[in-house]
Amino acid sequence: MDIPYTVEPRPDTGLYNAKLGIWLFLASEVMLFGALFSSYILLRLGATDWPAAGSILNIPLATLNTFVLISSSVTMVMSWVALKMNNFGRFRIWMGLTFLLAVGFLIIKTIEYNAKFSHHIYPSDSTFMAIYFTLTGLHGLHVIGGMIVMAYLAIPGAGMWKTEPQRFTNRIEVVGLYWHFVDLVWIFLFPVLYLL
Amino acid sequence: MSDTGAHDVSKHIKTYMIVFAGLCIMTGVTVWVASFEFTVAMGITVALIIATFKGSLVASFFMHLVGEKKSIIWILILTAFFFAFLIGIPLFALLDHTGTPT
Repeated sequence: MDIPYTVEPRPDTGLYNAKLGIWLFLASEVMLFGALFSSYILLRLGATDWPAAGSILNIPLATLNTFVLISSSVTMVMSWVALKMNNFGRFRIWMGLTFLLAVGFLIIKTIEYNAKFSHHIYPSDSTFMAIYFTLTGLHGLHVIGGMIVMAYLAIPGAGMWKTEPQRFTNRIEVVGLYWHFVDLVWIFLFPVLYLL
Repeated sequence: MSDTGAHDVSKHIKTYMIVFAGLCIMTGVTVWVASFEFTVAMGITVALIIATFKGSLVASFFMHLVGEKKSIIWILILTAFFFAFLIGIPLFALLDHTGTPT
């Protein structure tokens, strides 16, 4: 039995099912990160002393990572545009660039983590460091999750382009929505953790 | 946006590039503003206003919320309501002075 509404929109929602599904998933993700942000606010407002983030964290590296992630959002949306224009070769280039930018983000994050560990700074050291590692670690796991899906769709899953091009394009739109959300979370994490 | 044609999509490329430039500029502004001698409350307010503006650009254009179906908009309105409640909980705790010596 075929899965219904993978390409054509459902009459009641006006959307194909995967698109409604990813938005519901992203709504749950908002609540997940919202709970952590809420905990941050509670702990910060209740703290008698709070470290200056600039003296512990590397702001230039985090700024660079912000540019990397914003760039990856552009390359992701361009990969979807390429498919819409029936240019599969260009899709692969844009998707490959998105994957490389994600790798770059993780490398920079690893450099940051290594610098902390080499100075014997761990999550158990303070409330601030516990929040820093929890939020950036969870965000990093989301980046890795996105990279796995990107790699699948760019190589083994790309065969669908020949048999069901519209369904494949919809899949790229869905992974794109997820990736932009990952970018959006970082846009809030960056000032909250590094600059305040 | 799923029903957008190839011709329509090509027109969006310029918009994506303008949004990209806007996001880069706003990131620079975020770092620049952080160097000001604000109070904690003022610093948080300014940083979150800029982040919200950047987030709106990503959601509106990269995630195509501009012109999206009403069913998605309603899901997000509901999410925003519960998110605001979740963020508001610590503020309620701050207003609660139970146990504080007068």
